[in-house]
Amino acid sequence: MIGILSNVVSGILTKVSGFFGRRSAWIPVFAALGILVVMMVGAQVRFGNFLTPRLVSSLLLDNAYLMILAVGMTFVILTGGIDLSVGSVLAFTGILGARMLVEGAPVAVVIPVMIVGGSLVGLLIGVLVQFFDVQPFIASLAGLFLARGLAFVVSLSSIPVVEPSIVWLQSTRFSFGGWYITPTGIIAILVVVAAALVLGYTRFGRTIYAIGGSEQSARLMGLPVMRTRLLAYVVSGTCAGLAGVVFAASVGAYPLNGVGTELDTIAAVVIGGTLLSGGSGFVVGSMIGVLVYGTIKGIISFLGAESSWARITVGALLLTFVVVQRAIVARSTRRR
Amino acid sequence: MMRILKHRLTWPIAALLVLVLINTLSRASFLQVTTLNGEFHGSLIDILRNSAMLMLVALGMTVVIATRGIDLSVGAIMAVSGAVALTFIESSPTPGDLSTVAIGIVLGTLVALVLGAWNGFLVAVLGIQPIIATLVLMLAGRGIALLITSGKITTINSPPYRFMAQGYVFGLPFAFYVSIAAVVIIVLLERRTALGVLTEAVGINPVASRLAGVRSRGIIWGAYIASGALAGIAGILYSSNIMAADANNAGLFIELDAILAVVLGGTSLAGGKFSLAGTVIGVFTIQTLKTTITFIGVPPAITPVFMAVVVMIVVLVQSRRLRSGVARLVRSVRPTPPARPDLEVTP
Amino acid sequence: MPAEPLAPSVVEMRGITIRFPGVLALDGVDFTLRAGEVHSLMGENGAGKSTLIKALTGEYPIDEGSITVGGAARIFRGTADAQNAGIATVYQEVNLCANLSVGENVMLGHEPRRRGLINWKAAHAEAARHLANLGVYIDPRSSLASHSIAVQQLVAISRAMVIDAKALILDEPTSSLDRGEVEQLFTVIRSLRESGVAVLFVSHFLDQVFEISDRLTVLRNGKLVGEYAAAHVTRAEVVSAMIGRELDELTAISSSAERTIDRDAAPVLRATDLSRKGALEPVDVDVYDGEVVGIAGLLGSGRTELARLLYGADRADTGSIQMHGTAKRVTSPHNAIENHIAFSSEDRRAEGIVGDLTVAENIVLGIQARRGWLRKVSRTERDAVVAEYMTALGVRPADPNALTRNLSGGNQQKVLLARWLATAPELLILDEPTRGIDIGAKADIQRKVAELSDRGLSVIFISSELEEVLRLAQRVVVLRDRRKIGELTSHDTDVDALIAFIAEGNPAVQENVA
Repeated sequence: MIGILSNVVSGILTKVSGFFGRRSAWIPVFAALGILVVMMVGAQVRFGNFLTPRLVSSLLLDNAYLMILAVGMTFVILTGGIDLSVGSVLAFTGILGARMLVEGAPVAVVIPVMIVGGSLVGLLIGVLVQFFDVQPFIASLAGLFLARGLAFVVSLSSIPVVEPSIVWLQSTRFSFGGWYITPTGIIAILVVVAAALVLGYTRFGRTIYAIGGSEQSARLMGLPVMRTRLLAYVVSGTCAGLAGVVFAASVGAYPLNGVGTELDTIAAVVIGGTLLSGGSGFVVGSMIGVLVYGTIKGIISFLGAESSWARITVGALLLTFVVVQRAIVARSTRRR
Repeated sequence: MMRILKHRLTWPIAALLVLVLINTLSRASFLQVTTLNGEFHGSLIDILRNSAMLMLVALGMTVVIATRGIDLSVGAIMAVSGAVALTFIESSPTPGDLSTVAIGIVLGTLVALVLGAWNGFLVAVLGIQPIIATLVLMLAGRGIALLITSGKITTINSPPYRFMAQGYVFGLPFAFYVSIAAVVIIVLLERRTALGVLTEAVGINPVASRLAGVRSRGIIWGAYIASGALAGIAGILYSSNIMAADANNAGLFIELDAILAVVLGGTSLAGGKFSLAGTVIGVFTIQTLKTTITFIGVPPAITPVFMAVVVMIVVLVQSRRLRSGVARLVRSVRPTPPARPDLEVTP
Repeated sequence: MPAEPLAPSVVEMRGITIRFPGVLALDGVDFTLRAGEVHSLMGENGAGKSTLIKALTGEYPIDEGSITVGGAARIFRGTADAQNAGIATVYQEVNLCANLSVGENVMLGHEPRRRGLINWKAAHAEAARHLANLGVYIDPRSSLASHSIAVQQLVAISRAMVIDAKALILDEPTSSLDRGEVEQLFTVIRSLRESGVAVLFVSHFLDQVFEISDRLTVLRNGKLVGEYAAAHVTRAEVVSAMIGRELDELTAISSSAERTIDRDAAPVLRATDLSRKGALEPVDVDVYDGEVVGIAGLLGSGRTELARLLYGADRADTGSIQMHGTAKRVTSPHNAIENHIAFSSEDRRAEGIVGDLTVAENIVLGIQARRGWLRKVSRTERDAVVAEYMTALGVRPADPNALTRNLSGGNQQKVLLARWLATAPELLILDEPTRGIDIGAKADIQRKVAELSDRGLSVIFISSELEEVLRLAQRVVVLRDRRKIGELTSHDTDVDALIAFIAEGNPAVQENVA
């Protein structure tokens, strides 16, 4: 009996070590997962009522928009770029949709327009980066300004979203036991799954990794670098447009929505194990990063501490991950 | 004539003049300066006063950008320094005393300087990308400021402190003198010593600079310290203007305006050669642009659209790809003999 | 196995000319690559090797000439075009993605798909098959970074086989391999040759070139020198074709090589056992007062690495440095300058000039760096120093406010020389100071070095042009394969003997050393 057990254990151990040997890029993802588990268990021990089905379910509900943004950001960061515009795009598409609904446009038109609006901003940034050699940081900064300003052009004040089919996205709760999930949560999970498939199982996805690993190599290998990088920014913009729909469904439309969200998104992606230098990371990691971020917020509110602690904790966590990443990169370049 | 056209301050100054012209044409009162109790008032004076904060931040940003870096944390540092200064003054029994105010200001600036040193440490010593290194403080800084003020908006009643942003000396706003003093100090520091040229060398070619014996680590570190300290003083001005420490709104988006001012002034984001005079002009241009936008009846909230357009124009003009494309176009129209490097002399 | 009678040509390049601003990088070069041969392309730095390769891989467009692949004329607009034509390239710094798996690197862009999604199982199986064809049995799922450079190189070759390459370019594939790994690579190259692939091989290791090649093409200064059958040419002939003979104008410069050096006092610099892993085996060097020590050896022999270690640009793993008999620790360039050592890098643009600064600013940069930022070189001081050295070296244009990047190569080199002379060094290390500059500037710089050493400056002079080394240096240290193989006194040797020594490592010549 014990022999069998030890065989099984050692079998698992070899499998696990073999897995990590081959896939060292997953290590930071598991580190993030470890942090998530430790935080949740720690909070449960401390508060006693933290890990309730209702609370854990609300984690996904509250952060669905962030998860969608993080997926798009992962594409861009994997190419070695960055997209600062996502928070503003979310606000812009949200208010644009709300205004169109007020003007009487049908939902079947409004939602595609919101999503395509995001894609267009992404396309603009991608064109600046790819064809004019503008640094991603600056190009997406222009996108940030543009989308934020356009949001105010659409409306200077908030517009409530009362359209039933959009409100339905957030208010409907499919319950089982104490657990529940909203359509927005389902959308977020679908986006994560779709992105994981695209990144893992398509030539487009693999080319994104190749560009992040070494753009020069990707070019010399004859891969379509130009098209792929452009598309990465379009994906990010599209995700931001979709996040605009989800965000509008949950809190309504306000031109100042999502200020600073781009920072939260970047932090979540990095905490989820994606290297800022590009080429290494997974959308699943970004999802875990978002959950870590959500859990920190949850714990802070449970503690009744200043909500500012959330930002500080996220900042500190971001710093830790970046320094560790830096150390890993430095070691691997020295080895070469 | 070509010499004037090619001078790098020509276009920034032209842009500023065009803005002033538009304003003057659309309202005659723009250039008007009235006197009230020996103090000058008017749109121009407002621009001088309101640009002080941006001036301080943009000066620091110029030096950081010259080293091939960027400092996103300036807004957050402003929030912290304001919070430190006001919390100290508020907790003091004599908030109205000049000495209390002076200590508060020094404390706020010192904390900002330390935060700048922290950024410099991450960039120059640990070798973290500047965007990310300063993003950390951008994220956490406002949280720290909120902790210092215990989550509320600290307000004080202290005439000397109010004087910083709202007082007048010899008819002009005191804040204007602060920004001019900063300009003079930074110009002296960069151009009277060798700091400026060494900074440029590091920004243009870090490898060659190292081989020439330049100790780039200290230079980069110093740039972030200066940026932090200047942002700290800007934070004091901000809090003095509203007589409150507002951790959420102090210096919000100022990093973007500052980057824009630096770029408008002709300093390339790729680092290297920098122009402090250009930055000064860039700051005034942005402040005038904002005044203009407000004046022509556009809600200030829409300002970002104009900013976006300006950013795009500026980066496209700076884009090497676009320039070489245009140059190729010109050449294909009018063939020129092949370049002879020996004869290429810049005017 | 000599390729005679000649096999059908796979690639024919005719009259290839490529111009860069101010430089004629390739001047009407012809090159033919035939099926089933290993053809080495040879030449020193700046000869045009890499430009020719980049023309063939589609990275650079050609200004004149034609490229024919498999009988069809081609115009390459990018690397993808060249690959589609059947030309695959493996670069020195292995251009693969270290973040991906071995199998992915082999298959990237050619993965088998099922219903639009990549079939990883089939992809890895196919990758494993291609690897096995080259005798590489590794897990295609393992990460590329976990393998040695040698294996990565084989992975890159497997990738070339996936696209069914007719011609395979190997650009310095052996520069970071050890002996056993080179053997493994050569086995693969030979089996590719058997199967009819045309292999273009570039290496600065002469032994390897002669071991693997059927034919050699030598380039110099962007021009074709000649094509040789490897079996019918000696190493010395090839080296002398690569290095060439200089114009008579230069030989008129008074030779400082005959001057006798007083070696009784402690040397200005004595380096003992200086080494760095992967760069240089332990080397000893002495330089005496007023002496010019030449360092000769081919590219990659360790000559630049030695200079960088002496200057503190790289940290030495072992060894010590003495100046005037006192031990010094030279750990950084700043440190070296404080110890009055100056170093001018071989890569003028990337590591020498600060292009966007003016000539005057570049000249005083060395002095300024030594003083630190606080004590600025005053305007009058600067003007005096700049005027003195610009006149002495004849910098053109004679405008101290010109931007350095707009100067010609020779004048940039003079600016660098001025920068270092202005720091009043005791030891000046010059790495390839005359490379890629016109003959007039070359003569100026040689004359200046001779004159300075007459006045007591010690110089380490590195150049791939052996005539100039022999003319200027009293003593020549010869490096080969990252080792010092001997020292020669200039007046006991000539270019031919030196070439023979570099090429063969002939100990008979070494015994002549005084």
